[in-house]
Parts: sequence; C-alpha cells; structure tokens
Amino acid sequence: MEHYTMNLTLKVWRQKNATSQGSFETYQVRNISSEMSFLEMFDVLNEELIHEGKEPIAFDHDCREGICGMCSMYINGRPHGPWEANTTCQLHMRAFKDGDTIVVEPWRANAFPVIKDLTVDRSAFDRIIQAGGYISVNTGSPVDANAIPVEKEKADMAFAAAACIGCGACVAACKNSSALLFVSAKVSHLALLPQGAPERRTRALNMVAQMDKEGFGSCTNTGACEAVCPKEISITNIARLNSEFTLAGLLSSNK
Amino acid sequence: MLDSKIPAGPLEEKWTYYKGHCKLVNPANKRKLEIIVVGTGLAGASAAASLGELGYKVKAFCFQDSPRRAHSIAAQGGINAAKNYQNDGDSVFRLFYDTIKGGDYRAREGNVHRLAEVSVNIIDQCVAQGVPFAREYGGLLNNRSFGGTQVKRTFYAAGQTGQQLLIGAYQALERQEALGNVQVYSRHEMLEVVIIDGKARGIIARNLVTGKLERHFGHAVLLCSGGYGNVFYLSTNAMGSNVTAAWKAHKQGAYFGNPCFTQIHPTCIPVSGDHQSKLTLMSESLRNDGRIWVPKQKNDPRKPNDIPEEERDYYLERRYPAFGNLVPRDVASRAAKERCDAGYGVGTTKQAVYLDFRFNLINKYGRAEANKLGIHNPDEATLVRLGKEVVKEEYGNLFDMYEKITGENPYEVPMRIYPAVHYTMGGLWVDYELMTTVKGLYALGEANFSDHGANRLGASALMQGLADGYFVIPYTIGNYLADDIATKPIPTNHEAFEAAEKAVSDRINTLMSIKGKQSVESFHKRLGKIMWEKCGMARNAQGLQEAIQEIRALRKEFWSDVRIPGEIAEMNPELDKAGRVADFIELGELMCLDALNRNESCGGHFREESQTEEGEAKRDDSQYMYAAAWEFKGESNWELHKENLEFEVAKPTQRSYK
Amino acid sequence: MSLTGIFLILFLIVHVGLNACIWANDGGEMFNKAAHFMGANVVPRILEIGLFAGFLLHIIQGFALEFQNRAKRKQGYAVAMGNKGSKWYSRSMGLLGTLILLFLIMHIAHFWVPSRITGLPEAAYNPNHHDLFSEMVKVFEGNLLVVILYVLGCISLAWHLLHGFQSAFRTLGLTNHKYIGMISALGTGFSIIVPLAFAMMPISFYAGWV
Repeated sequence: MEHYTMNLTLKVWRQKNATSQGSFETYQVRNISSEMSFLEMFDVLNEELIHEGKEPIAFDHDCREGICGMCSMYINGRPHGPWEANTTCQLHMRAFKDGDTIVVEPWRANAFPVIKDLTVDRSAFDRIIQAGGYISVNTGSPVDANAIPVEKEKADMAFAAAACIGCGACVAACKNSSALLFVSAKVSHLALLPQGAPERRTRALNMVAQMDKEGFGSCTNTGACEAVCPKEISITNIARLNSEFTLAGLLSSNK
Repeated sequence: MLDSKIPAGPLEEKWTYYKGHCKLVNPANKRKLEIIVVGTGLAGASAAASLGELGYKVKAFCFQDSPRRAHSIAAQGGINAAKNYQNDGDSVFRLFYDTIKGGDYRAREGNVHRLAEVSVNIIDQCVAQGVPFAREYGGLLNNRSFGGTQVKRTFYAAGQTGQQLLIGAYQALERQEALGNVQVYSRHEMLEVVIIDGKARGIIARNLVTGKLERHFGHAVLLCSGGYGNVFYLSTNAMGSNVTAAWKAHKQGAYFGNPCFTQIHPTCIPVSGDHQSKLTLMSESLRNDGRIWVPKQKNDPRKPNDIPEEERDYYLERRYPAFGNLVPRDVASRAAKERCDAGYGVGTTKQAVYLDFRFNLINKYGRAEANKLGIHNPDEATLVRLGKEVVKEEYGNLFDMYEKITGENPYEVPMRIYPAVHYTMGGLWVDYELMTTVKGLYALGEANFSDHGANRLGASALMQGLADGYFVIPYTIGNYLADDIATKPIPTNHEAFEAAEKAVSDRINTLMSIKGKQSVESFHKRLGKIMWEKCGMARNAQGLQEAIQEIRALRKEFWSDVRIPGEIAEMNPELDKAGRVADFIELGELMCLDALNRNESCGGHFREESQTEEGEAKRDDSQYMYAAAWEFKGESNWELHKENLEFEVAKPTQRSYK
Repeated sequence: MSLTGIFLILFLIVHVGLNACIWANDGGEMFNKAAHFMGANVVPRILEIGLFAGFLLHIIQGFALEFQNRAKRKQGYAVAMGNKGSKWYSRSMGLLGTLILLFLIMHIAHFWVPSRITGLPEAAYNPNHHDLFSEMVKVFEGNLLVVILYVLGCISLAWHLLHGFQSAFRTLGLTNHKYIGMISALGTGFSIIVPLAFAMMPISFYAGWV
C-alpha cells in the first residue's frame, strides 16, 4: 500500500455544553499520514490545540477497534464516514486525499442531545434495553447448556442481530431519527432463540413503547440505517420486530 | 501476615465446603445492605446483576457512556469451560492443571480449581441468558481449540465472544436497573476509596459530564476496573482503560500483587508510526491456520510472495517442533522479538514477522473443499478460491479489520504481526474470598492478581471475569456482610467522606494549577517508551534500575510541567486523562521494582539473567515460589510481603515445548 | 399506513381494470356499463364509503407521520446525507403523497362530482346509464394542461408506489427473504405498469386513439 501525507481542512462542530449554542470552527491539519486512523488525526489536531492554548475537541471513543460502539462522528454527510460497514475509529485516512475539506458533526436527534462538541448522550438506548431487552433469568442453576438445542440457522441469525454495538448510527442516518433498527436487533436476537420465547410479546410491546417515549421517530423503511450500520444489521430485523409487535398487540390480553 | 484464607480439605472439595459453611444474609437484611461496584465489564456487570438479583442495593459505576462499552467487549476468541462436550478427555481437573501449568506455577491452586469448577456453570448461565454461541448443525454447542491445551474446550461466538458475553451480562444488569435493585452511574470515575474504622465504606466519584465530585456510601466496595496494560501507552486495551481505581485502593492499603506480570500477545498489528494511539489484536485462533516466518536473509527487500519456500525461516516450527506455531503466548512473543532484534524483521519498521495463511488455505481447506466437491487434480487457482471461502467463514471479521487498518489484503499477502501488551496477570492482591487487604474492599476479574499466575492461557480471561462476578462473589460477600447487618448506612457528611473528597479535590486543583507546557499525552507516550523498552518483553537488572530513575524524573516533570486545558466543572477529557496518567507513572515504578525483585524468568516475565543455554525462560522455584504483594508506604516506598505458594496436586516442572 | 396503503393498492387494481374498458373500441359502451355497475350496485356504493375512509385515513396518518418524524430532529445536519444509503423517493413519501392528493382533488372534481352530484349526460345505448366516457372525452380532448397534470399525477403515484408497495409488506412483518424478493419484484412491476396504464388514458383521449 502506497503511503502518502496530506493537508486537510476540517470543519468541526464546537459546542461548550448541552445548553450553549454551537457553531462550526475551521481548522487546518498538516502532514497527516494515510496510515493514521481518523481519530488519530483528531489526536494530532487536539495536541496542536492544546499547545496553542485552546480547548481540544471532545469526542467519544474507547476501544478503537470497532466493537465498543462509543465513537460517533457524522463525517461529510454520513455516520462513521465514507467506508461501508465501518466505525469512525476504524476509518483510516487513506479514505481522503490531499486538500480535502472534511465536515464533522455530532449525531443529530432530539433523543441524542449534544453534551459537548461531538459528544452526545445515548442513554436512551440503555433505557430501551431496560424496558425488556433481556431474558428474565437469575444467576443460579439453569439447565445444562446443551439441553436446549437451537437450530444452527436461527442461532446464526440471532448472532447476526446480537452483533449490534449500540453506536446509534442508525438513528443518526434516519431521516425520522428512528431507533427501530437498534430495537429490532435486540428483539430479533432474543425472539429467534427458544430461551427468549416466553417474553417475546411483552418485550416487543414494551421496548417499542419506550422508544416512542424517548422521542425517536417512526420507521418508514427508507433503509438508510442498514446502509450505515457498522455491523451490517439487516432491516429484515425491523420486519421481524413488526410482526412480533403486531402479533403481540393482537394476542395480548392486556388492555 | 498475608492470609489467603484457602479452606482446608482436599483440593476438589474446598469450594463445596466453603459454600456449605460460609455465613449467609437473609433476604430481608440484604435489602438493607448497599454495595458499590466500580466497572461494568464482565466481572463488574455480572457481579452487579447477580447481587441485585439477590436483593442487595447496588450502585454500579463506569466511566464510559454506557455499561455496555466496557473493554471486555473486545475479547475475540472465546471462553474456556470444562464441559467435555467433545468427548476428548476434558475435565475440571485438566482445566485446572492446564491453567496452573500455563501460568508457570505462580498461581494459587485453590483459586484455580474453583475457577475450573464454576466454568461449566458459566456456559449454562450464558446460554440461558440468550448468548448466541456458535452451534453445530445438530443444534448443540460447538467448540474450538486454543493454545496451551490438548482439548477443544473453547466456546465462542465468531470473533466476538467477549461482546456477546458482555451484552448478556449487561442485559442482566439493565434488568436489575429496571427492577430498581441496581443504580448505574455512567460517565462517572471513581477517584477515592473511603475507609471508616478500617473498612471500605464508600467512594468519591467524579461526574465526567459536570465535573462535580460525588460521595457514595456502600457497606462494601467491589473493584472490577480491569487491567493496567495502558501503562505501556500502546496496548490492545481501550483508550480509557486505566489503573486509577485499583491504584487509589492500593494507596489506601490494598496490597498490589505481582505487578510485573504482563502478557505480551504475539499476534497484533504492528505499529505504523509515531501517531499510533493503540494496537489491535489478531486473535490467537489465527495461529491454528497461519504459519509464522521471516526471511532467512537479513533486510530482504523482496515482497513476501516473491520469497521462495527454501529461503523462509519458519522459526517457531524450527525451534519448537512439538508445538510449532501453537506454543504459548509468552514463548511466541519472545521468539518474534529475538528474530527482529537479530535483524530479520519485515515491513517498513522492521519490527514485524509474517503470519502466512497461504499454505493451509491451499493445502488444508482448499483440498478438503475440492474433495467434497469431487474435483480431482485441482489447479492452484481453484484451491485458492475454495480455500478462501472457508477461511472467510472462520476468520472473516478479523481479515476485514486487518485490511481496514493496513490497507493490505491478508488473503493475498501474509499478515505482518508483532507482539503487543494485551493483559496484566498482576493486580490487587486478594484472598480466596476476593477481598483485598482492606476489609470490605474486593477486586474481581482482571483487576485482581489471582488466577493466571505469570501467564494467562487464551480464552481464560472471560472465564475468570464471569466466574468472579456470577458465582464467587455472591457467596463470599455474604460471608463478610453477615456481620454487618446491623450497620446503618453511614451519612456521607461523615468526616471520612469529607476528608476523602477534599483530598481528591485538592489533587485536581493541583493538576489544573500547574499550567505547564507539555500535554498529558506526551507524558503518557514517554512513560510507555520507558516501560516497553526496559520492563517489556525482556528485562534485566540494569535496565530496570535505570527505568526506576527515569520514571521518578518523569513524575517530577509531570507534576511541574503538565498542561491541562479547560475547567474543572465541565466535561474535560484531558483532566480525566491527566489523573489516569499520573497514576500510571506511579504504577510504572512499582512494576519495575517488582520485576527487579523477581530475578527469575517465569511466564510473561523474562529476566535476561535467568535463561537456559537455548535462551528459554528459567524459573527459580527455590527463591521465587511466591506471590509478591506490595504494600504502599509512601512516595517511591513499598514493602514486599510474600505469599508462599504451595503445590499439593500440580507439581511444578520446567515447561518445555520442544 | 401499511394497511390503508394495501387497501388503496387493491382499489387501484379495480380502478385500472375498469378504466381499461375505454380501450374496448366500442365508443365507451363497455366502460359506461362497468361504471354503471359500480355506481348503481349497492355493494360498490358501500365500498365507496370505505374507500373514502381509506383515503382519508391514509392521508391523515401520512401527514401526522411526516410531521411527527420531522420534529424528532430539531437541529439538522449541515451536510445532508442525501442518497448515501436511501433512495430519494423513499425519503419523499410525504411530498409525493401531497402531490397525489392535489391530483386527487382535481380528479374528483372532474369525474366523481359530476357523476354523483351535478349529473352527467345519458348514455346513447341506455338512457338510465351515465355517459362517463363522453365526460372523459370532454375533460381531456384538446386540453393539454389537464393531460400533463394527469401524467404528472401518475408519475408521482409511480414513485410513491415504488417505495410504498414493498414498505407496506415490511411493516406488516414480512421477513422471509424468498417472499421479500417476490414482493419487491411484484411491487416494482406494479409501480410501473399501473401508473403507466392510468397515464395512457388521458393521453389516449388527447391523441384521439379512443
């Protein structure tokens, strides 16, 4: 792979805290290596800002290997930047060329308020899980693991849905700020397994109700969420949630 | 005197005996008892959820924006359990024995046997929670094999086992939060332990959004804050992984166990330049199918695929014919370093070796597929094509990750890999009940030193974290809290809370008032360089003594010249980082001191003074068959306490993989 | 949305089928008979109430959904995501629906109002039947603007259906990949053929083909 260096113009959203008005600031970064990750480029910029006596840019990040789901930048009009099936931390500067201007914004959704600069509050996702994204089993002595055979195809589909990292790119990409891909990934993961069957009806109803309460929009099947999902969670999961939800509504004896 | 509180009796009956005789807390009293859990990885989330289920009032803290982000999530390969589903001769005893031997006889027999016993419960528990482990077509669970063992006992979910296990524990935790038994404080960092009358009674935490200090009371405090690999700056740990919680406990009286025991993982993506912020692991499972080699010629300028077979040095297969590419991690790492130091390294930095899949891709998978399809005498292109499909299914996500980071396609050209800091076997010293030397203060998971000795086997970290959280602490904490049922919650205006908060606040004010010239990051990088060069894969007395001096000088410079922008009362990631790096600097000194003290080679700790003629690690059981527990006495001042290790069942032998 | 949408899709099938009678080449007799059947029989009249309700519900739901969803992101992006991940027509269902609504108002004024309220001339073959066919001739012949508006309405309908058809089935919970594939193909065909057939009607009158 050919290495090269580049000079870039960055337009970054700066916002002191949740209540203040934010605006874009423009920065020049020089001698950026094509080998760097996008966040390492931000590290370079932040080091320069600190040396100039300015405030570095706050952004969420942790594992930097694409699995914790903490990083969350909206880069040039796309959550997690231009690469497919990718997180911001795994985006590398090879994706850009000398002289490019890159616009970086936080996730935008009422349900994800900005805390500072590019950092947003995604605790709504935790509350949606609290509404039913689990199997009610206490630590103790469940049956032997192999006492519950699971069809391989279903186990694989459950795993594919469970691969969701909860980053919120689906919400950021959706024109309706809907969290249905996130919710449906969890509902599908658990509904596809026999262990999750006893609670499947209440789970679907309660998680969707909580999603609405948190201020996310409704799904209109545009498919933008699937296109930007770092873990390639399929919108078929949304259809599965829809059927779970509809059946739950019809079969539930609760008023 | 250190009392490990190992129950009496035969090894395999100790845990059963303990469970049958420990004190219990009745359900009504549990509701009156509060427990603080710091960290929400596998150990923390499983402990908080299990204790919440039992009825205790739990407060769980994490510095990330959600408990689901803890770095356990990044574990790739799998989790061991002595299920013997494969009928290949596995048993609790074999898992116990492999772990003790893999740890180079520097772990406690009683703890390790308990770990092997509860490993089977972990798999049952996780399946009940809905963890989607890999399965066979018949619907039953599948296993893969890992280094250092002769059986297939590793349960896995593609290359994302840690993620799936953590999500399982996280869901259990969120369920308890919904039920009101657990309160989660995310974006909070613990900055002090509060000790009242010799017992841990709470913590001071900083809200990382507002910068405010908060006081939290607990009848007991559990530290599940992970390892300290980031002392090396570059490691496979997450950017936020830190030693701060454990270090504060250490300074309040908790002994630190075997701080120098660090695991350097042999297969990581090499450093590409000075900008590098972290390193990425390529799972150990890749060594099942990848062959490791360097060119026989120094500074060979040719591309790897242009170097003919006879001019390649498959050095692991050459040096260790019995185990070949599947030698344990410490051995593989040292062998890679030896080749690179001798001038045979590859890539632009010459600090890398090749991990080549082509041979097995063609000969193992390609031919098997061709056979299945009934293709006779297939040409090489067909074998490559068929082999690729299988390799993709086995390791697809890892290959994709490698390509994103390096821009090279590992299906076509060999991966370049180099060892990197991955895990720390050392940690807070704990007894059999996981209690530190401070009463009521516990350490679970990677944060403690207990089960892996001087080297951890692959797929055992997840096992230990969940064993501690799901199956050990719910019993052992009851044994302690049973005597505490009459203790009313202590109001947080108690003088001990006042004093602790003031100490934290003073330290933050001091940091902010330095207003020097150098960034926190630059200090961290310099610390990492000292640690990697002098307390890394190979250590010697002279280097360690130099390192101690250099670290002391670095600490002085840090406290007089660090620049932290921003304010205290706001979200300030630089301030968060400064506190962590300050603690890493102090820890670095203790690690070097411990490494200097232990003049033997064992597991991941390689003292150049103690090696065999062939350059293999040489243990010294007569002098060092103990766990080193360091007591903090003051700045740069520690006292060593030795916990002698006794091996009644697994008799120590010199490890050989030749 | 999905249920009313599928109901309206069913209506489109009936509507396009009946209207295709204009091409019977019999001076509109078959068409007028069919229209009479729909107008005089009690069952279609009851269904008509349902149809209006369906339209009304679909429109109200649609606007409510659009405005609620828009309100979920008070601060928007400086760089729009655009077509990076979704089709423009999938994101423009509200706009397309509004265009169709405007068309619908015109369309009702042209045909439903005279047929039900203001009255139509008698058909030549039977004085008890309305001559809806000649009304179509009157509306379209020599009236280029109307024809263009009708064609635009049909184009809006085509894009609306292209997303709406398969989306309705997803919303109803269709997860089987085999059936999703079939529905997508069917939806695409339907979205092209039905609006095309409708568009050909005014064009046919204008061009004098019928």
